[in-house]
Amino acid sequence: MASAADVMRRAGERWDDFVDRYNRQPWYLKAIFVLAMVFLAYALPLLRPPLITTNSIDFGGVMFGVAAYALVALGLNIVIGYAGLLDLGYIGFYAVGAYTTAVLTAYHGSWPFFLVLPVSIAVTMVTGVILGAPTLRVRGDYLAIVTLGFGEIIRITVTNVEWLGAAAGIKDIAHPNSIGPNPEGPFIDPSEKGIFQIPRVVWDGLVPHLDHEHPTSFLIFGSGDAIPYYWLLLTALILVFLGDRLIKSSRVGRAWEATREDEDAAELMGVPTFRFKLMAFALGAAIGGLSGSFYASGQSGYINPQSFLLLYSILFVAAVVVGGSGNRWGAILGGALVAYLPDRFRDINEYRYLIFGLALTLLAIWRPEGLLPPRRTRRRKAAEAEIEALEEGELDEEGSHA
Amino acid sequence: MHFQLLFDNILAFTIGGLVFGSIYALVALGYTMVYGVLQLINFAHSEVFMYGTFAVAWTFVFVHGTDQVTWSLWRALPVLLLALLAAMLLSASIALLLERVAYRPLLNKNAPKLIALISAIGASFALSEAMGVRDLLSDLLPGMLVSVLIGFVIATVIVFVIATRQQAATAGEEPTGLVESARAVRSGPIVVVSIVLAYMICKTLGLLSPINESVGLREKLIDYVRKARDIYTNPVTIRPHRLFEIGGYRVSDVDIVVVASALLMMVALDLFVRRTKFGRGIRAVAQDPESAALMGVNSTRVIQVTFLVGGLMAGAAATLYMLRIGSTRQNSGFILGVKAFTAAVLGGIGNLRGALLGGLVLGVAESYGSALFGSKWQDVVAFVLLVLILLVRPSGLLGESLGKARA
Repeated sequence: MASAADVMRRAGERWDDFVDRYNRQPWYLKAIFVLAMVFLAYALPLLRPPLITTNSIDFGGVMFGVAAYALVALGLNIVIGYAGLLDLGYIGFYAVGAYTTAVLTAYHGSWPFFLVLPVSIAVTMVTGVILGAPTLRVRGDYLAIVTLGFGEIIRITVTNVEWLGAAAGIKDIAHPNSIGPNPEGPFIDPSEKGIFQIPRVVWDGLVPHLDHEHPTSFLIFGSGDAIPYYWLLLTALILVFLGDRLIKSSRVGRAWEATREDEDAAELMGVPTFRFKLMAFALGAAIGGLSGSFYASGQSGYINPQSFLLLYSILFVAAVVVGGSGNRWGAILGGALVAYLPDRFRDINEYRYLIFGLALTLLAIWRPEGLLPPRRTRRRKAAEAEIEALEEGELDEEGSHA
Repeated sequence: MHFQLLFDNILAFTIGGLVFGSIYALVALGYTMVYGVLQLINFAHSEVFMYGTFAVAWTFVFVHGTDQVTWSLWRALPVLLLALLAAMLLSASIALLLERVAYRPLLNKNAPKLIALISAIGASFALSEAMGVRDLLSDLLPGMLVSVLIGFVIATVIVFVIATRQQAATAGEEPTGLVESARAVRSGPIVVVSIVLAYMICKTLGLLSPINESVGLREKLIDYVRKARDIYTNPVTIRPHRLFEIGGYRVSDVDIVVVASALLMMVALDLFVRRTKFGRGIRAVAQDPESAALMGVNSTRVIQVTFLVGGLMAGAAATLYMLRIGSTRQNSGFILGVKAFTAAVLGGIGNLRGALLGGLVLGVAESYGSALFGSKWQDVVAFVLLVLILLVRPSGLLGESLGKARA
């Protein structure tokens, strides 16, 4: 099997080369590439390219899930990747965001969605601080189990408390506010809805056709079409991404990295590590809450405790680490993969988690540093390889002298 | 809050908690030992336990058949001992497999700690799901085995052809045997490709489904396979027999056997780690892997033994669990694993006696919690207790470190 591993390693090196070549391009080419990717990301559920499109379930809904996981992974990347805190209960924050939205828009109030959104972000942030303040003094793996316990506490609480909908969950959660005419009724022609309609592409083998029968009404958030929700979530993802970029390259980002690499040294250098860890925790929590809020007000407008199992926390961590802990592109890639793969292989429904598990293990062994590791990790790895080569070279020389 | 309920039956809840706590403690040992040696959370240990519970139920089906009966503990004892053996064997093999497949490649690469967690999570998914689709897998298994065999035959032929070619090419230099030069051929990818090829050929020729149907493995194993995602009940229900009464609680023979055998296993393990050569190796690697390697400790072997011992303990825990609960499922390892890990952390991870204490404390706390707040809040009580204890004693009740155990 050693040479099978060789083939895999070579594939990994080819991938690294590709990333390096991209990184060497001038900034305007990179910008064009990124813009093209963003455009493609928006258009993907309408383009429905063959092979990628899921046939057995609605592709728009799958893409919504992909974007939600990518957003969650981006938030968790701040906690795990930047600050180095292993959080196994991230689903708890996701649940807090979702339940805040559900309670305020449907169960105990009827606020509009966009008013609730900042509230639920604030609520999750406060939850993050409340949880983090006592537990962040605990180190390393103890934090993992404490956060895991927190996630379970949240889930059990919402399952058992009548005021939060108990096991039956909460339905009729407000959708985001539609923009454009949205006449209600059973026999409405789709062309009357929205500011304008966008037809989608249907593929006959490799030949594309336009399908005018099922157009997507621009910015109508109804129960029939998941694509507008996907667009909204993607927009949020891009905004968070930009914010993440800013904060990573600021003093705060450097403090996080210093804390992650060596907490004692950072403390000695004057970094108030506890405060920065708490900040990472709260910020990560807020992004999780944001994502949960979007999830609750999604196409079905329904949540129940079964959507917040411990299992998903673990999948989130897997997404961040597989993507490349510490790199925001990696987090997005990992989140997208973890959400997408099980849905893509729904045709082999019974086996999909078996295959997913095997894929996760293989991926971990194949690329321990993740699919898209941060530049710093790759530089360090290259340096280590160089030193090793030097040492071996010297040894060889000594051998020849002797 | 039902204080009255708790205080009236305080002994009953304590003993009930101790029974579960000793099962937690046995599973917690697996976590704590691997953590002590590798500083890794062995996430897939819960599946090691789950396979053990199935081994117990299968042993009963094998010996007794599928009729539902109720036996007393003494009537069931011989089968139970056999089941213990089977569970320990299966759990230990799964643990060793795990070490080989999911951990060793990463340890060799000196990979970051977190990625080993992900690898273990993947393995845990795969193991649990393999149990969950065992009915479908058993349908496909004969065909797969046949194609693997054909693949091996093809691969052997190819390897020997290459070997003869190479011999012909290097003729006259150094005469080597055909087998030796065949061994020098890198056979890994050849084997993989030929197995895949054989599978595809068999499939296109339509050979697989007749093979599968003629063997009919699922029909033959139906008692063991059943509906794979449903609860799998042990056909033999073991009726607890009341021995004596303390404070209104009827202590049964099952309770005593569970607690006593858990304690026995713990003492045995403690002696193993403190008194034997392997135990010294484990402690050495836990203290300082590099110095241990310099002193001639084979760390790969030590890690293997650690996983093996963890697997054996999980097998024992699985037997006790089946004795007490009587049914299992492909996902029943997960939540018990979380509890056991909590117990390990509670006692101080990496500390064997800590795992025992943590397990018992957790079991009793849960039992009290369910009396006070109702059983649905049981897990919340457990986790809140964990947070509180960690706040007061940040490294668990007895502190960490497997290495510091004195010899």
